Amino acid sequence: MIRLIAAVLAGLVAFVAAPASAMTIEPIVSPAGIKAWLVREHTVPLIAMSYAFLGGSAQDEPDKAGTSAFVADMLDEGAGDLDGKTFRDRLERHAIELNFGVTRDYFHGSLRTLREHGEEAFELLGLALSEPRFGLDAVERVRGQELAELRRELSNPNSLAGKNWWRAAFPDHPYGRETRGTPESVARIAADDLRNYARRVFARNGLVVTIVGDVDPEIAGRLIDRAFGALPAENALKPVPDAIPRGLGRRIVIELDVPQAVITFGGVGIARHDPDFMAAYVVNHILGGGGFTSRLYREVREKRGLVYGISDNLVWLRHAAIVIGSTATRADRTADTLEVIEHQLRRMAEHGPTEEELTAAKSYLKGAYALSFDTSSNIASQLTEIQIDDLGIDYIRRRQALIDAVTVADARRAAKRLFGGELLVTIAGKPKGLAAGRAHE
Amino acid sequence: MLAAPMPVHAAGPPVSDYRLANGLELVVIPDHRAPVVTHMIWYKVGAADETPGKSGLAHFLEHLMFKGTAKHPAGQFSTVVAAFGGRENAFTGADYTGYFQRVPSEKLKTVMEFEADRMNGLALSEDDVLRERDVILEEESQRIGNNPRARLGVQIDAALFLNSPYGKPVIGWRHEMAQLTRDDAVGFYRRFYGPNDAIVVVAGDVEPEQALAFAQETYGKVKPNNNIAPRRRPKEPPPVAARRLSLADPRVEQPIMERAYLVPSFATAAQGESEALEVLAHVVGAGTNSRLYRELVIDRQVAVAASAWYDSLALDMSKFGIYAAPRGGVSLPDLETALDAVLTQVKDKGITAEELDRSKNKLIADAVYAHDSQVSMARWYGSALTTGATVDDIARWPDRIRAVTGEQVRAVARRWLDLRRSVTGYLVKDDRPPVEKRL
Repeated sequence: MIRLIAAVLAGLVAFVAAPASAMTIEPIVSPAGIKAWLVREHTVPLIAMSYAFLGGSAQDEPDKAGTSAFVADMLDEGAGDLDGKTFRDRLERHAIELNFGVTRDYFHGSLRTLREHGEEAFELLGLALSEPRFGLDAVERVRGQELAELRRELSNPNSLAGKNWWRAAFPDHPYGRETRGTPESVARIAADDLRNYARRVFARNGLVVTIVGDVDPEIAGRLIDRAFGALPAENALKPVPDAIPRGLGRRIVIELDVPQAVITFGGVGIARHDPDFMAAYVVNHILGGGGFTSRLYREVREKRGLVYGISDNLVWLRHAAIVIGSTATRADRTADTLEVIEHQLRRMAEHGPTEEELTAAKSYLKGAYALSFDTSSNIASQLTEIQIDDLGIDYIRRRQALIDAVTVADARRAAKRLFGGELLVTIAGKPKGLAAGRAHE
Repeated sequence: MLAAPMPVHAAGPPVSDYRLANGLELVVIPDHRAPVVTHMIWYKVGAADETPGKSGLAHFLEHLMFKGTAKHPAGQFSTVVAAFGGRENAFTGADYTGYFQRVPSEKLKTVMEFEADRMNGLALSEDDVLRERDVILEEESQRIGNNPRARLGVQIDAALFLNSPYGKPVIGWRHEMAQLTRDDAVGFYRRFYGPNDAIVVVAGDVEPEQALAFAQETYGKVKPNNNIAPRRRPKEPPPVAARRLSLADPRVEQPIMERAYLVPSFATAAQGESEALEVLAHVVGAGTNSRLYRELVIDRQVAVAASAWYDSLALDMSKFGIYAAPRGGVSLPDLETALDAVLTQVKDKGITAEELDRSKNKLIADAVYAHDSQVSMARWYGSALTTGATVDDIARWPDRIRAVTGEQVRAVARRWLDLRRSVTGYLVKDDRPPVEKRL
């Protein structure tokens, strides 16, 4: 077995090295001084861009949660001289795709266009970011859509379990507020709040940009300036304090009449630049990473048939790090399911992974990385994440060695840090027979 | 091997289409940007091929296909795929069941060997079957039971298809799923799985001849399954009555309405009609420039969302769908009246030249965007080829869309968007107090 795995590994080096070598990342600077990464790709006649502004939903006013997400929904509703209808007509006529989204720390955007419509695409994006209209009619219409969606989520067990987890883990911190807000907070947001957010966040200093496509550095630079050149040089962000998740050891039940209870569980994670991060990443993959081979998948689904899906992830934010997972099971098996999950976490914390598991996980994580770079849009968003995490332009090449360097001792130490503590658990549904003797709310 | 390769040139790379002596079809879509391949096998069997009373069996078998073979015990295939960083999964539709792996190019033959082995080597224990049945019941809860809108969709399909098996949910009816047995699964497997109703689609960094050689050395060794018969399902009678239903669910915080019309698929349509329906769905209901969105959401402000869609890929008759969510204070019947006015306008006056151009450009551009993704291309070819289209039909997609005229769009709207062909469903809040169950 060991010999076989060694052979597999030898084969992998060439393979994983390939996306890095086949793909050259060029750091470029636009005429206006905006830095970006460029990957030239001539096979498909399109341009994909991914970008992010520092300042996501954590920048919303405390009583106006959802402001940043509201802005994201409003940016194709007209800008500059163009009303919403004209703006969207021009996008669609040229098959230009602009998407906007918000995480707790960043305002994200992506653009996709056929090469022939590049100038038009970047010009429209530039207008949207620097001169958004936020017209009253459009604001009310979009507010109606957001409220409808938020109302719908009030009875969605996945949303309820997730939102309540964050709320309990980060009370009195911007991370505990819902990214999309609540029906009450969204009702309070005025057009001026949207303008204010755009003015504070859309600036050139907190911006990272990646372009992938059939363009050279000169054209790319010109396009980047069309999109971002008119923005102010400096953002005006409020400081966000560091935080650690609270409520560990609590179990919170949100009563909802659904056939299946949704469980969210999580605890303290490991920061992206912590020396143990890569070991934690590998260990977490072994415990509950995606695919059909993790311990949780095997123990909870394959051996016991308790659930359809189960996985957990490391989440690293700028000011906090968590590990969080979720699953769903029948009401009368909720207690069993939780017990198996907690047992597996304890076991991992106490003994760490086996040598074989570690080898297999490393092999997977190295090989699977190439699959994240399979489309122009995915290449762009992956490279934007690398920029956000400040990992360096050579990270793809270095990543192999970082994974290989994880030893069993590293993995055990990281496992203890990740899974040795108590969990915060939220359950949406009608769970039965939860174990007594624990905090149950 | 029977047929010579048939390279098809259109937008994008040349696609090769082969047939092995045992009947297996192989489609190769080259993409050399990264040293990876997407390997999919599509069986021409789905939920619509299930025996009455055994709903959910096609999907159940899809799950059981991961339980190992005589040669490779449970978990080995997944472990090997994971060891080279590959990803895998499977999916079931009404007309097809598919399995895929995304792996480094040099592992293509390895995954073909495993996939060929489970084409007829599946070994199921009673225990595996019972545990997995619990899993699919949890999956049903997750996809349908926990989701009021999905429950409405199930009811609409059941009412729309009077005779076609498309009326059953692909995942199955719970009471029937709970009774499925090992014998059911094995019987279905022996009846429907074999090289002679399988299509292998390989997209990625491989030369067509090389993929063919691998396929011959692996799949080529599997004997044809003589049990496989042509797919002839019960057909829909001409629909004569508009149907309406209302689903009350206590969890509904935002009422919605959906409507489905029985319309032809690409496979059953007269020439050009399916393409005209694509354009019609786009003009009427794709995105914020569409008629429904502009009229109902922006201008009249009676809805917070409105859209339409058309699914051309079905072996038998298909669906044209409409969805709308009312703004607060607007009743569902008022919304429906406004929605019908929009459709009537299209049927009476047709669409504008500007709408026609814009929609065709977008539909054709979407095909260019699809070329950027191995997975999208493999899915497109697989789902089209298992529902009656040919490689040539897919390659000619831009030309087929370009040929659509405004008059054709109006004609299909008049012919097919007829209320007698439809089911209209309301999803409303159930305000009745819950009945206490005594256990």
